[in-house]
Parts: sequence; structure tokens; C-alpha cells
Amino acid sequence: MIKTVDLKKTFFGRNQTVYAVDGVTANVDPGEVVVIIGPSGSGKSTFLRCLNGLETLTSGHIVIDGTDLSDRKTDLNKVRREVGMVFQQFNLFPHKKVIENIVLAQMTVRKRNRPEAEEKARMLLEKVGIAEKEQEYPSRLSGGQQQRVAIARALAMDPKIMLFDEPTSALDPEMVGEVLDVMKNLASEGMTMVVVTHEMGFAREVADRVLFMDQGKLVEEGTPEHFFTEPREERTKLFLKQVL
Amino acid sequence: MNSLSKQIWPWRILTFAILFIIGASLWVATKKIDYTWRWNRVPQYFLYHAETFENIPFDGRILSISNANGRSTVAYLSESDEKFSVIVETDSLRVSEGEELFEDDSIGSNSEWKAGPLTMGMLMTLWLSAAASFFGLIIGLVTGLCRVSKNPTLRSLSSFYVEVIRGTPLLVQIFIFYFFLGTVLDIGRLVAGISALAIFAGAYVAEIIRAGIQSVPKGQTEAARSLGMSATQNMIHIVMPQALKRVLPPLAGQFISLIKDSSLVSVIAITDLTKAGREVITSTFATFEIWFTVALLYLMLTSVLSQLIAWVERRLAVSD
Repeated sequence: MIKTVDLKKTFFGRNQTVYAVDGVTANVDPGEVVVIIGPSGSGKSTFLRCLNGLETLTSGHIVIDGTDLSDRKTDLNKVRREVGMVFQQFNLFPHKKVIENIVLAQMTVRKRNRPEAEEKARMLLEKVGIAEKEQEYPSRLSGGQQQRVAIARALAMDPKIMLFDEPTSALDPEMVGEVLDVMKNLASEGMTMVVVTHEMGFAREVADRVLFMDQGKLVEEGTPEHFFTEPREERTKLFLKQVL
Repeated sequence: MNSLSKQIWPWRILTFAILFIIGASLWVATKKIDYTWRWNRVPQYFLYHAETFENIPFDGRILSISNANGRSTVAYLSESDEKFSVIVETDSLRVSEGEELFEDDSIGSNSEWKAGPLTMGMLMTLWLSAAASFFGLIIGLVTGLCRVSKNPTLRSLSSFYVEVIRGTPLLVQIFIFYFFLGTVLDIGRLVAGISALAIFAGAYVAEIIRAGIQSVPKGQTEAARSLGMSATQNMIHIVMPQALKRVLPPLAGQFISLIKDSSLVSVIAITDLTKAGREVITSTFATFEIWFTVALLYLMLTSVLSQLIAWVERRLAVSD
């Protein structure tokens, strides 16, 4: 489903060069839930943002569902509609009501008509458990509710893959659960998911595979059982000791 | 009445007292220079009763007069027995049936209410500012978008335009538009005036729009693009609506400035409110009264606009 080959992303600053992603080769199979963990600045978010072309890669290849993103002829907009993304800061459109947030891209990108798009939006709001908020503006919603709207918005495009960029990091602790529940449901329905998170519980419970990144490199990967109980690498052991 | 409004009353009184003292001292000052205020001369320059006299164009005789609805149809005969008729107001009738008249004798007159120069000037100012605002907004939108474009040529051209316009006085620009472009491109003074104002306002609007676009968080664009929206769709549906809402207050300020700046086109003989005021002064010598009136009229135009924008702002605030 997703295959990256020696992916590199380099930021050129004023007087320093940052190798944010430094040669990551990984793959995600259809229906698989992959959780990426790692310390801050390890390049896991940048890696995720490369997967839907929000960051242009410096070198290497990303193949999504058979399409190579590094090919100049690739229409990124076409790839992006198959790859949903959920952000740490929700990024809902503040000038549009909840339902319009979900309807807009369906109409402009998928060319659905309004009744069809609204029906889909209501169905998804029902699914994430906030059907009653459809006429509210995002600013009236709690963080957890906003993030669930954001998930519904991404799902409305019928993506084949969902990317989650620290979806619970900006939430109050008591709201983390409601968002994780929605994600767990999604995983159990067989959605292909790549999740960057600090929620070790979620990783342990839901992930099929865990990738550990540090300093732009993929340090270790494996099943949650292997990863949390008997990590091979020293760096992984150190990280787990600090967070668990 | 709560305690807060009780506390505010003395301050209000003080405010009015200060305003009253300023007004009174102005009045005293004008007393000292022996200026005779003639406010009664002003209203006729807004609206006046215009009388047009109907004269007989040759020696002749009144044949008949028939009255209907306050108007009279007067039929008269020339010396060569040709019959003519004219309609005048009955009240103004100066002749009776059978009367012999000499050439250019008055039969009567018609009168009608006409807009005076101040009214016409205000309409001209309104039209100038509206047209210049409209084109200025379009120019500003396009230039603002160019300023944030990825294309280096568009970016340099737009910032060159902004720098040139912001760095030269409007008065000079108006002269260039009228004397240079007006001659080269053979355009009239009104077109030259409106273009100069629109291009002037456009440069400032562009900077406001650019700031507005850049003030929309990057995450908005990322969210839109991650849903598969194109850069254009993102601009139309996501960034622009949010940017325009943010820039409404500075944009209002710019258009209010434009109304005031439009007074400068009076130098190329466009009869706007300012020039109308000058013309009225030459025939009344009521210098003080007319300038105060003109200022008040500008104030009326600008405050109507700022009320309008405040209303739009309140409507857009629902999503906050």
C-alpha cells in the first residue's frame, strides 16, 4: 500500500542543514495499522507529512498504491484524496459550520452533489458520535469534538489510507479517550492507518507494527509484543525506559 | 442604574463641556474678525427653484389662454398670422387674452426644483469613490495574490507596482494620469481621475490583502491540500474567506481614505464636492460656511461607509 525507499528530507536553514528524515525504507500493507513512535525531533511527523506530499522529499521514493510521489508527473491532488490526514491542531475550517467542513471537499474534489455529500457527512458525524453538532461552528466545540470532526472530514473522501499526526497531543487528558476510541473503531474496520503518537497504550493495543525513529532514521521495527517487551536496540530501550 | 453608569456621567458632562468651550471660543474668535455668518445662503446650493422664462420670439398677439392643473396653454399669433402655443405656470402668467406683445416680451415662466452644485458635487464624489473603490479592490486582490505567488516575475512586478505607487504623492500621480496618460492614450479627465484613484488605492489594498492571506495559519492550507483540494480551490474556499474577514477593518479604513483622497481630483477640473465648494464660494463669499458644510458632507459619506462595514463585520463574527 505504502512503500518508501531510502526516503530523505533535508531542511536547509540559514547556517545549518537538518536531516529530518534520513534514509527511511519502510512499507505498510493494506489494512495494517502502523504506529510510529520516537522522541521529539526524530523526524516522525516529517516522515508522515512526506507520505501525502505536504513535504516534498529531497531524495528517495514513496510509492502509494502504485503511484510514485517522487515522479514529477504525478498529480499530488489525486494522491492526496486517497490519503486522509488528521493533524495535531485539528485544522478545522473556522469559518464553516461542522457539516460544511465535511461537505466542502466532497463537493469540490469528489464532485459529489450536495444532498449526497450531506448524507455522507451526517453518517460520519454519527459514526464519530457528534451528530448533534452539525450546525455549530468549530470554535464552539471541545478539542476532542473538533478532532473527531477532523477525522470525519478526512473519512468523507473515502481514503484508502489514513495518516494521523499526533492526533491526541493537543487534547486535554479526559478527551484523549474519545478520539482514540474512534481510531480503534476505524482500525477494527480494516482501514490502513499510519499513526504518529505518544500514546503507548494505543500502540500496544491497536498497532500491527511499531516503528521507532530517532534522528531521522528508522531504528527498529516490530510487533508491539516484541517492541515493548524485548527491544533489540539500546536507543529503543532507553526511550521506552523514559516513557513507560 | 448601576454604579458603572453613575460613574460615567460626570465624564460625559466634562466631554460635552470641553466640546462646548471649543465651539464657543471659535465663535468668539470669528466675532473678533467681524465675520458675518450667512448660513441662510447655503441651502440654495443644495436645491434651488429654477425659473425659465418663456418670451415671445416676435411681435404678436395673444389668441387664447386655457388653464388646467395650475398650468396654462397660451396660444399666440404672429404678424404673418401663424399660430404658436406655449405652456407656462398659471401663477406666473403675465399676459391676458387679446393683448398685443412686442418681441421678447415675457409671457410667463416655468419653474422646477434643481439639484444645486453641492448636491451634484457630492454625487460626483460618491461616484468617483465608488468606481475607484471597485476597481481598486479588484486591482488590490489581483496584486495581493501576485505578492504571495510562487512565480518570481509576478512577485517582483507586483512589489514594484506597490513601491512606485506608495512612494509617490497621489497629487503627482493624478497630474501624470491626466497630463501624460490623458494625452498619450487620449482619455478624458473623469477616466484619468478614477484610474489614478483606483491604482493608488489598489497598491494599499494589495498590501492589506497580502497581510490577510499571510495571517491565515498554514495548517488551514495543509488541511485543505491534504483533502485533495487544488491550490486554487484552497485559495477560494479556505484562505480568502478567512483573510477577507480579518482585513475588513483595515480595508474599511482604506476606502474611507479613498473618499477623502478623491478631493484631490478637483485639481484636474473634475467638479467633485471640493471643487463645487470652491465654485460656490466664488459666488457667495461665504467661505467659512461652505467649507464647514463641505467637511460635514465628507463626514457624512465616510461615516455611512464605516457603519456599513461595522455591520458586515458583526455579521461575519458569528463563527468566532
